[in-house]
Amino acid sequence: MASSPSSTATQVLTAFAIGLTFGVGLLLAGMTDPGKVLAFLDLVGPWDPSLAFVMGGAIGVAFLAFRHAVRRPRALLGAAMQLPTLRAITPRLVLGSLTFGIGWGLAGYCPAPAIVNLGVGQPQAVVFTLAMLAGTALFDALERIAPQRWIVRVPAKTAETH
Amino acid sequence: MDWSHFTPWSSLIGGCVLGVAASALILLNGRILGVCGILASVLRRDSAELPWRLSLLAGLVVAPWLLHALAGMWPAQLQLPAPRVPASWPRLAIAGVLVGTGTRYANGCTSGHGICGLARLSPRSAVATFAFMASGFGTVFVMNHLLFIG
Repeated sequence: MASSPSSTATQVLTAFAIGLTFGVGLLLAGMTDPGKVLAFLDLVGPWDPSLAFVMGGAIGVAFLAFRHAVRRPRALLGAAMQLPTLRAITPRLVLGSLTFGIGWGLAGYCPAPAIVNLGVGQPQAVVFTLAMLAGTALFDALERIAPQRWIVRVPAKTAETH
Repeated sequence: MDWSHFTPWSSLIGGCVLGVAASALILLNGRILGVCGILASVLRRDSAELPWRLSLLAGLVVAPWLLHALAGMWPAQLQLPAPRVPASWPRLAIAGVLVGTGTRYANGCTSGHGICGLARLSPRSAVATFAFMASGFGTVFVMNHLLFIG
């Protein structure tokens, strides 16, 4: 929409600062340490519950912001407020999440921490990220072969932009 | 319990910082902070949204440098431990593909569903988060305690 640009210079600089902040948060939280993530996921072994504190802190703070955001038609810098509109709980959502969780448990990386670790040139993060991009491309290819498998068709415009 | 690696304070503070970043993106730019979605759309080169998305990803990459520059200012006992990466190369590659594909089918990952979605009290995101947590716990259990390859 021309009336609500999402990439003005201010918005782009803001996004950089937000990415920087998010990355620092992940580093402080210990999320960028795959060993720590795997220790959290190992309930039976020597369990490290730290990551529950990460989620608690993050959700607690963001909860207040989203409560305010849902009442605003526009964001403070002028763009239209884009909140997810999907509501349906589909096999696609569940199977996709289960698949993601297997990958998360295999290596201890989720997407953002892998990208943060690219900044220090961590070779394992490079391999993981390239594979993750291949996985994204695989999804795009599967969508061309078997479009919207496991889902009721959702127009692209209203799809969640996570 | 692994008390030697348990970091309740730095994890809680780090988590709050994540919450501040997600809050800033929705309130200032009106967008959900979902990193895998941002990454996927960069791959697809969505026009109008591309500049801010690339910029956010650049911020993520630069974050360790900023923290490294700041780290000189606080005492050694507060330094972050070096990351441990136990996964082998083939396992990293398989894991990456599963994360890339799975998050696209799920329309979100730890940031989009786990933080933003739960903070919005979205039932969809609650289901997604429960599912990826459950399969994450299950995968590690199978690796560490059934196959002994953790």
